Amino acid sequence: MSLSGDDLRKVALLARLRLSDHELDVLAPQLAQILEFVEQLGQLDTSGVEPMAHAVELSNVLAADEPQASLPREAALANAPQHDGECYRVPAVLGE
Amino acid sequence: MNASPYEIVVGLEVHVQLKTRSKLFCRCSTQFGAPPNTQTCPVCIGMPGALPVMNQEAIRLAIKTALALNCEIPAFTKWDRKNYYYPDLPKGYQISQYDLPLSQHGFLEIQDPKGRFPARRVRIIRAHLEEDAGKSMHDEAAGQADSRIDLNRAGTPLLEIVSHPDLRSPLEAKAYLTELKLLLGYLQVSDCNMQEGSLRVDANINLHLATPDGPVATPIVEVKNMNSFRAVERALAYEAPRQYQVWLETGQRLGDVPKQTRGWDDQAQLTRAQRHKEESSDYRYFPDPDLVPVRITAQQVDALRRELGELPAQLRQRLEATYGLDPYDSDVLVNQGRELVDYFIAVADASGDGKRASNWVQQEVLRYLNEQSATIDRYPVGPAALAELLAAVAQGLVDTSRGREVLQYMVERGVGAAAAMQHLGIQAVDSSELVRLCQELLAANPRIVADVRSGKQQAIGALVGQARKRSPNANPAEIKRICLELILGTE
Amino acid sequence: MSSLTDQTASELLERMRSGDVSAEQIAAACLDRIARHDPAVGAFLRVGGDEALAAAADVDRRRRGGQAVGLLGGLPVAVKDLICVRGQVTTCGSRMLANFVPPYDATVVERLRAADGVLLGKTNLDEFGMGGSTENSAFHPTRNPWDLERIPGGSSGGAAACVAARMAPLSLGTDTGGSIRQPSALCGVVGLKPTYGRVSRFGLVAFASSLDQIGPLARTAEDAALLLEAIAGHDPRDSTSAPAPVPPYSQTVRQPLSGLRLGRVREHYGEGLDEQLAAATEQALDVYRSLGAQIRDVSLPHSRYAIATYYIIAPCEASSNLARYDGAHYGHRTDERQMRADLRQEQRRLEAAGDTAGVDQLDTPLVRLYRQSRAEGFGAEVKRRIMLGTYALSAGYYDAYYLKALKTRRLIRGDYDQAFAEVDLIVGPCTPTAAFPLGAKLNDPLAMYLGDLYTVGTNLAGLAGISIPCGATREGWPIGLHLQAPAFEEDRLLRAAYMFQQVTAWHQRRPDLP
Ligand SMILES: [Zn+2]
Repeated sequence: MSLSGDDLRKVALLARLRLSDHELDVLAPQLAQILEFVEQLGQLDTSGVEPMAHAVELSNVLAADEPQASLPREAALANAPQHDGECYRVPAVLGE
Repeated sequence: MNASPYEIVVGLEVHVQLKTRSKLFCRCSTQFGAPPNTQTCPVCIGMPGALPVMNQEAIRLAIKTALALNCEIPAFTKWDRKNYYYPDLPKGYQISQYDLPLSQHGFLEIQDPKGRFPARRVRIIRAHLEEDAGKSMHDEAAGQADSRIDLNRAGTPLLEIVSHPDLRSPLEAKAYLTELKLLLGYLQVSDCNMQEGSLRVDANINLHLATPDGPVATPIVEVKNMNSFRAVERALAYEAPRQYQVWLETGQRLGDVPKQTRGWDDQAQLTRAQRHKEESSDYRYFPDPDLVPVRITAQQVDALRRELGELPAQLRQRLEATYGLDPYDSDVLVNQGRELVDYFIAVADASGDGKRASNWVQQEVLRYLNEQSATIDRYPVGPAALAELLAAVAQGLVDTSRGREVLQYMVERGVGAAAAMQHLGIQAVDSSELVRLCQELLAANPRIVADVRSGKQQAIGALVGQARKRSPNANPAEIKRICLELILGTE
Repeated sequence: MSSLTDQTASELLERMRSGDVSAEQIAAACLDRIARHDPAVGAFLRVGGDEALAAAADVDRRRRGGQAVGLLGGLPVAVKDLICVRGQVTTCGSRMLANFVPPYDATVVERLRAADGVLLGKTNLDEFGMGGSTENSAFHPTRNPWDLERIPGGSSGGAAACVAARMAPLSLGTDTGGSIRQPSALCGVVGLKPTYGRVSRFGLVAFASSLDQIGPLARTAEDAALLLEAIAGHDPRDSTSAPAPVPPYSQTVRQPLSGLRLGRVREHYGEGLDEQLAAATEQALDVYRSLGAQIRDVSLPHSRYAIATYYIIAPCEASSNLARYDGAHYGHRTDERQMRADLRQEQRRLEAAGDTAGVDQLDTPLVRLYRQSRAEGFGAEVKRRIMLGTYALSAGYYDAYYLKALKTRRLIRGDYDQAFAEVDLIVGPCTPTAAFPLGAKLNDPLAMYLGDLYTVGTNLAGLAGISIPCGATREGWPIGLHLQAPAFEEDRLLRAAYMFQQVTAWHQRRPDLP
């Protein structure tokens, strides 16, 4: 498995990470090594095997539709890096 | 026969907020219109450590809707994460359903009583549950382009209903939406208020063309930002010739370019391309490890099916079969909602005359409701009282126009038909008395008699007017009949 | 006097009941020891101090007044800083959450309070639980009390180190691929990873949701039983929490198991296992033989794929779980003014160079805010796993990586089911080596990952596992014995561990601290 710089840059954008060229240089061989390692799973015949997404065999865990108190707004916004007392504030979603 | 050089092909994705009291994965209220960020909790703002728990009622409403859309309900359904970054999506992913949706393979039938398009069965690909996002509002107050984020809506249950591209005109698209909204109203699963965002529509549209080289499909365009059914109709009506023009200029076919997204600008009445990054559609779906699957038994499905009640299509058929209505009339009544239909049925049953009941409900009752912007539960005249009035009309005790006055009186004073007629001095006029009256009138109006004899039968109208002045309760048709008989004899 | 901090939780509880010592005295003794030794060890990120003393005094008051007190009766408990405590900074060892104050308690914290546990402080960890050495903490590394130049293991390094250093009799850790058991082994304490679903995850900041579990660390099986009993049980706020009843672990733990059948996993004795650890494991098996247990060889044929499976599933889930840290709703946000200025400058530079494609690809301010905030807020290991998970889930790779891993996970679970048809517990080494020096594996992530080979299978299969001290290397570094049980058989694990500790003294060794 080899990862091109372009591949990595695409993944970094998808993951919303800004990585310096230096970071990318370090990461590329590490990720390639890890991917090569995990690709040993390719040797396994898993045809007909059900994927196992959960470690518990539970289903239908449902709650009654009964509203409960929400957080006071101050508490909800308390951890926001930027807010105006009513809303979270971020740079415009549509860009310029 | 069709002069258009292309066929319009439309599929619709409709997001409907389900009418639960609390959100899909937490117990915050779903009440619309609360001040920003007052209906949130650690779960719906995606706070570290918080976990979702599925709302039972949302599943119930979703299955009911899916059944009404003739969908199959698989025995097993699960939750997936749709990963993308947007500030109104606080977790960085939306909990949705990917490969095993709650329902699939349904259909909704549409028809136009005016016959502008052929009756059509629009296939539903799937209807699945997902959580709504919050709202972002543009704001330049701080001197730079900012967005303000309100997460009250985040986590509200949404049913996404995806149709096959089976619609062939903007009008059909509108009819589909109208019928869908009506159905949801009958099921009482959603408020379907586009202004409040409880119903939202995205359209996929492209063109099919016949070319000398064979049939060609143009690239599919997704149109967003349409906030009324009329806007959907107009956006599609705008988009089709635009796409044809693009085809003429570029010759681009389906698959040549990535799917484009365009937004409808209601003020400018046109669509505009929306910029988006090439990676934005890689949602990296995977099963949500925080939520366990839902298993639905055939018994549960049957029980919900029994709860459905009579749906609009069945109701139209019943009105036509039982009350002799034509498709146009049954459509008008059913489209007003179940409560009005129930009112109509009560009037029709009590008066024994469906056709007359339909006319009166459509002309008198609906006119009043429209004027007052009221619903049928606010109409002052009960079905029994209206039926009593209609019976009087049927017996000729009162003619139609006089009947309207009676109804008006009933509406204003809140009294029954008999009391209103009595108050207005309406009683049956004895027929011998009526003959004497007509004889007097003929004697006093020889010119009219002569006109009628010479073939101008409409001249009789003046006599009717005079008769009604002297005897207001006299039935105009009866006066006309007697006068003609007296003049022309019974040949 | 034998200091209070040398005594086990069960001993302290007994003394409190008899009125011989107060909860406040115990809390004060722990705080004192923390003040003395934690500057060298670095087990804690924050210490409760006055709050802990006040909570302890409250328990004392109630006990003196004849009122009922909870199961933990005023015992101090340290809490890994990946678990939310209302009104207290919960950092997850990350710069991203350096100022995050949860408005709610995790379910386990509610239960600790209800059981009259005294919250002593928040312990250090690898950022978001990602790592095996606690060097990935954004704040400071934790050192192994047995050798301050060595790592304590991770990610619950602070949780294990504080118990080993006698700063707390009990602590809560979290285990996604071995993060309780591996540091317990390296620090010479008992650490139990409960069955998936046994303990509520509500309020545990997610790393890999289908693998994470909270569990107890202590010096003895009895103490671990006590703490597990206090926190276990169904929680309607966690959809994956099991509605199974919780046995009274603290009462049954002293009952020996007769006819115990232990499975020795053939695949666990391959290359990479330090011979001293192999020898210690064999000696531990002899101890069990002497207690009447039968030892049988069992096979977990797919265990060789466990690490590969784990290092696909965990990063995939993590890449999604950590998407919420974007500088918009909570957590670190880059300096927005600077960010906008940088963007404008980049744009001018690209325009001057006539690079229109570059201008076109330039981040919008919002996207840059996300990317820059995350770049500043996350450490290298977290970024590595986010990149790995994002890549493995992306279009075209899902089937080859994630789906393949989910299927292999099923095969791994199947191996366990087969083995447990023949034996009651599976036993083997907990780690391939004892504690290694700080920095030894920092630049070799794969080598670090391979250290998890004995523990990740338990998480993938959703079972229970425990590490107990079973020896020491020539240098004196602790060695852990790993026992694994079928789902919801924590009781069996604890009783087997108790039997071992009744006839061995490894758990009584204590590190010399300066
Ligand atoms: Zn909420």
